[in-house]
Amino acid sequence: MLDRLLSRAALPLSLSFALFLTGCGKEASTDIVIGEVASLTGGTAAWGKAQNEGVKMAVEEINAAGGILGKKVKLITEDDQSKNGEAATVTKKLVSRENVVALIGEIASSKSLEMAPICQKASVPMISPGSTNPKVTEVGDFIFRVCFIDPFQGTVMAKFALSKGWKKMAVMTDVKQDYSVGLTQFFKEHFTKNGGTLAVEQSFSTGDKDFKAQLTAIKAAGVDAIFVPGYYAEVGLIASQARELGINAPMCGGDGWDDASLIQVAGKAVEGCYFSNHFSTEDKSEAIQGFVKKYQSLKNENPSTFVALGYDSTMLLFDAMKKAGSTDGKAVRDVLARTKDFPGITGNITLDEKRNATKSAVILTIKDGQIVYVETVKP
Amino acid sequence: MKRYQAQIALLAALLISFMVSQFSGRMNDYYLDIVLTAGISVILAVSLNLVNGHTGQFSLGHAGFMAVGAYGAAVVSLQLGPQLATILGSSGTGEGVAFLIALVTGGLAAALCGWIVGVPSLRLRGDYLAIVTLGFNEIIRVVLQNTTPDGVFGGALGLGGIPASTSIFWAFGAAAICIYVVTTMIGSTWGRGFLAVRDDEIAAGSMGINTTRYKVTAFVVGAFFAGVGGGLYAHQKGAINPEGFNFLKSVDVVVMVILGGMGSTVGVILAAIVLTVLNEYLRDFEQYRMIIFSLLLIVMMIVRPQGLLPATLFQKKGRTA
Repeated sequence: MLDRLLSRAALPLSLSFALFLTGCGKEASTDIVIGEVASLTGGTAAWGKAQNEGVKMAVEEINAAGGILGKKVKLITEDDQSKNGEAATVTKKLVSRENVVALIGEIASSKSLEMAPICQKASVPMISPGSTNPKVTEVGDFIFRVCFIDPFQGTVMAKFALSKGWKKMAVMTDVKQDYSVGLTQFFKEHFTKNGGTLAVEQSFSTGDKDFKAQLTAIKAAGVDAIFVPGYYAEVGLIASQARELGINAPMCGGDGWDDASLIQVAGKAVEGCYFSNHFSTEDKSEAIQGFVKKYQSLKNENPSTFVALGYDSTMLLFDAMKKAGSTDGKAVRDVLARTKDFPGITGNITLDEKRNATKSAVILTIKDGQIVYVETVKP
Repeated sequence: MKRYQAQIALLAALLISFMVSQFSGRMNDYYLDIVLTAGISVILAVSLNLVNGHTGQFSLGHAGFMAVGAYGAAVVSLQLGPQLATILGSSGTGEGVAFLIALVTGGLAAALCGWIVGVPSLRLRGDYLAIVTLGFNEIIRVVLQNTTPDGVFGGALGLGGIPASTSIFWAFGAAAICIYVVTTMIGSTWGRGFLAVRDDEIAAGSMGINTTRYKVTAFVVGAFFAGVGGGLYAHQKGAINPEGFNFLKSVDVVVMVILGGMGSTVGVILAAIVLTVLNEYLRDFEQYRMIIFSLLLIVMMIVRPQGLLPATLFQKKGRTA
């Protein structure tokens, strides 16, 4: 009986607890508070941490230079644990409890898609450093990004493959990642339209360890090169296993390859392979070398792409706030939307009417265990 | 009066959640989000408790049913939303009915899946059943992931732009209905069969109880509410993605059931709320959060292996419940 009675009491009890929660107040701040959502733990922690380093670096720089509009900048970073659903919760926390004036995040498109409607509704500008899926900025006019999008990257690699004289190619898609599916789609479109043929189309899923079945099929087809738009962990294994099976065709992919562990895992297997990226640490320009040196002095390693993208997003935001002369969401949005030739580490950023960045991509190759710059492809 | 106690309690709960819901506009979005998450967790935990706690079957596929419900409800809202709006009108009531249709569709789809999976697999026991349900969970996720990106289910990127219809009324109203259905079912004479199956399946069978039928019933009802919970989740977050319904999500719900006390509805409700709120309070500890969270679970299991509020706590002498 008691069980029943209590079970009925549980509901009103929980509700009163909920109301109690709303009573907790928030402190006023004289700083400019910006929020960041990053995957600091979990599956994509490597990227989230990199993004966070870049954002922190930008905030420290701006504060050392006296802040913006006479105020210091305060950064609040929330971890979404690489979990779906969490990104929405922490965004609500940042927007409605911490009252941030703008948000930086996320890298994974699926998480940015959770965040975007919340920012749009609250009129808080959001800049994604690395979500390359076109749908993200389609959510609304407060959502921006500083990276190029999947169609562009897929097309760049197709152009590059054709320029290398590769006519017959195989493709291995990670069906678990919309990023990979998108890249394959646009690569295929451009490649086949311009005289190339895709002899074999194979698929795998993030987390797979054995790719011999797919690779055997590719070997049988005898192709000039293999397009693998996956993430570094699987790409490393795919490359090693391909070489074990005696496939010597070069491989190419997108920015998902960019991580130091790729070369550690695959070693010689990725020699002579190519991938597109947002920037190259080898670029001789002063701004990039200054950034790379500064990061090396802090962290004793080369900055990855997402450090640079995180840095660029934050700097772009600060620039917009300065130009707008306020931190009001609508004013900052209007300035952001007019961004033209903003000098970022990852290239000059111009935002088009769909709030996507138009900028060049770089092609990198792996030579003697080092990532080497090959060429820049303009949009 | 005593006869209708449960019904009165249900009506009261619905009325309270409706009234509180009217003031939710004044609530901070973040706290509202936590409250809604707690309500949805209660639905998931209580429905899984029917299978794992009361009927004694170990299911690890709750997130799979949740995914079916979430996608079912989201697809109804996204694809049929405009048509439903023209038929039902765009008034508050019309939108409410459309959302109800979406939730029930999601729940029924999940229940159907529960039946399809349950009928053959519930002849298995213990660990084998856990593996089959785990397999089902993964199949749902992988199937959704492999759909075309531009199709109805959105492939690996999932679905976005789902209307934010979940309010306190919907979340706690559904929780109240779920608690009502589960407690009255278990409390009824017929419902003793669930407990009999849990306590000794062979004995129950030899007493003439159709054990498979009880197990399938528990499974289907559990799946229905998991589906409703999934539908509410989809309309709370606004975006869903197959990866969000992986095995770990199932484990989260299992933890709530075990922590609360298997077969104790009050305990499970308490655990669902405590775990949801705790997760938010521990945010300030950043990277140590998961360590603290895990430690709490370990300590909890050592100190109170029977759960927060075990079912035996509420037993009266001479009656087993």
